[in-house]
Amino acid sequence: MNPEKVVFGFFILLALTLNVGFVVGEIDNPAHHHIWELGAVFVVNAVATVLKLGDRTQIGAILLATSLVAMLQLIVAVGVWTIVVHTTAEGMTPGAMASIVSLAAGAVVANIVSVVLLIIETVMLRR
Amino acid sequence: MDSIFFMVLRRMRAPLLTLILVYAVAITGLVLIPGLDAGGAPGHMSFFHAFYFVSYMSTTIGFGEIPGEFSDAQRIWVVLCIYATVVAWLYSIGSLIGLLQDKALRRAMEERRFERRVRTINDDFYLICGYGQTGSGLVRALTERGQRAVVLDNNPDRIDLLKLENLREFVPALRADVRRPDNLLLAGLRSPRCAGVLALTSNNEVNLRVALAAKLMHPSAKVVCRSDSHDIEANMASFGTDHIYDPFDIFALYFATALQAPCLTLLNDWLGELRGSGLPEPIAPPATGLWIICGYGRFGKALYAHLADQDIEIIVIEARPDRTGKPRGTLIEGRGTEAVTLEQADIHRAVGLIAGTDNDANNLSIVMTALALNPDLFTVVRENELINAELFDAVGADILMHPSSIVAHRIRMLLGTPLLAEFTNYARYEDDAWACELVSRIAGLTQDRAPEIWEVRIDVEDAFALKLMRHEGIVPTLGDLLRDPRRRDATLPAIALMRRRDNGRTLLPAADERLRDGDRLLFCGTMSARSRMCWTLQNVHALGYVLFGSSPREGPVWDWIMRLWGTRGSSEVEDR
Repeated sequence: MNPEKVVFGFFILLALTLNVGFVVGEIDNPAHHHIWELGAVFVVNAVATVLKLGDRTQIGAILLATSLVAMLQLIVAVGVWTIVVHTTAEGMTPGAMASIVSLAAGAVVANIVSVVLLIIETVMLRR
Repeated sequence: MDSIFFMVLRRMRAPLLTLILVYAVAITGLVLIPGLDAGGAPGHMSFFHAFYFVSYMSTTIGFGEIPGEFSDAQRIWVVLCIYATVVAWLYSIGSLIGLLQDKALRRAMEERRFERRVRTINDDFYLICGYGQTGSGLVRALTERGQRAVVLDNNPDRIDLLKLENLREFVPALRADVRRPDNLLLAGLRSPRCAGVLALTSNNEVNLRVALAAKLMHPSAKVVCRSDSHDIEANMASFGTDHIYDPFDIFALYFATALQAPCLTLLNDWLGELRGSGLPEPIAPPATGLWIICGYGRFGKALYAHLADQDIEIIVIEARPDRTGKPRGTLIEGRGTEAVTLEQADIHRAVGLIAGTDNDANNLSIVMTALALNPDLFTVVRENELINAELFDAVGADILMHPSSIVAHRIRMLLGTPLLAEFTNYARYEDDAWACELVSRIAGLTQDRAPEIWEVRIDVEDAFALKLMRHEGIVPTLGDLLRDPRRRDATLPAIALMRRRDNGRTLLPAADERLRDGDRLLFCGTMSARSRMCWTLQNVHALGYVLFGSSPREGPVWDWIMRLWGTRGSSEVEDR
């Protein structure tokens, strides 16, 4: 067992599970989507991205690409949240919540691809 | 090479992860710990405020507590965070900057940049290994002619020197060990644009390796090598190295020719001069009498062999004959720098002296001592390093022999005007009177400037007008090319030196011979003669005038007017 692979798989999977956890719920209901969850998703995704740096295989490159896509989505989501809460007079609105959640949902897709690739790589290794 | 980039990315992981984790923990703590908001009411910091605070905390401690005064609980946490983030910052940023300065990474980036520059060269280029005295002279000459070059050298100082040079073409250069084939590949050895490989380092072994690699990896490229050991030369020749230049042999042959045929030597000197430089003075080493050769190394041996062939009396002075071997003739042991040794060698009776040791100081000393003893001596001195050039100029020897410039001169001629190199080879079989006549003709053409040398190939590229005329069945002669396209009865100040047809060569072809497709001609003359000849070759009107005294009429209107004019018009054209 390679401990590096354990940590690697752990963070990639954790990024997906947290991400899904954040997205689940009514899309425009602020009560269903907690800021802490978004924060956790963000940090875990950043860690996963850094872990993927420097892998010279083809799958490694695609993995890094998916993570970068997820990061991009999440950065925009976090940005929207910050702007809505701190710079607008009315604060969080259902509309803003919907766009944040939909951006995070995009990140979910990227994370799913990431996990699928990880599984494919593992299966190929077994053969 | 790519692995370097992955290595660097991989090494970036730890610093980046540290930064992310420390930030995450610090921000989480700040958000969790209860405090007072800006209005003084109890509350929690938001993620945004926490991130803002942590971001500036480590870099600008003392900026204040924003957005509101902190509670003591928050302050305790912030104290911990300050130490953690400052350390994390120093570590992460430090190692990231360290990575960018990593030698291996910089080397990899340098190689990649070099490779890209070589790839974007879209002309034929020469790969030059070794940027010493020969290499630098050659790069300058090549770029002056608009040819491209790529340079590899093991010495970073020389590469820096190249970057400072003010060359007409950009020359990509890399510090690299040319013994490694991957470096040669990096420099575009396999590229179809690579016209030739020049191995010019001062090390014969290295040159041999380069030649070998070039012949194996790009068999069609021309491989030119410098070497001063006969063993290595034979080795190079065995696998088909195209040209091998031994500076000592070249000079010995040159010198032997100068003894026998001074005009021929002068002719070669003039034709080989760089464009626009002054004409060198004729040299006439005395062909009879006693010659003294100081130093019986590679140079001395080559000269000895050539001079002995001509039955010239020779005395050799050598300090360590046990190491160099002994000549068949008279040998005197000693360095030749002292009057005693020179007197032993009959310096008062001698007509010439060759200072040919591999030590510049000794050579200078030999010449100075010898001239003091016998001021009428003809002296030849070998100059090993260019930095001593001023001293050698001052010593006033009749011939200065510099190995690197000899090789550079030869290769320049070979690459720039291959026909001229051929011409000099074949002119050697002509007698000296022939050369003397040619020399006086050239002197008449160009006054005191070195003649311009150019090649013309009778094809669509070089002689477009001739090709058009050919369709009408008109075949000009060589004499037609030598007419002035402005006044056809005047002759251009140019001489056709050689014509190459199929595999045959004709020296000084006759003017009434017809030109054929694929002929290659070598001319010498003035700069303006060259440009006017180009005019005749390319412009069908100029060619028409040169051939018939009138340009062919073109366009129906002009044709009609001329027909109305009748004979009067055409006679006017004739009169012009």
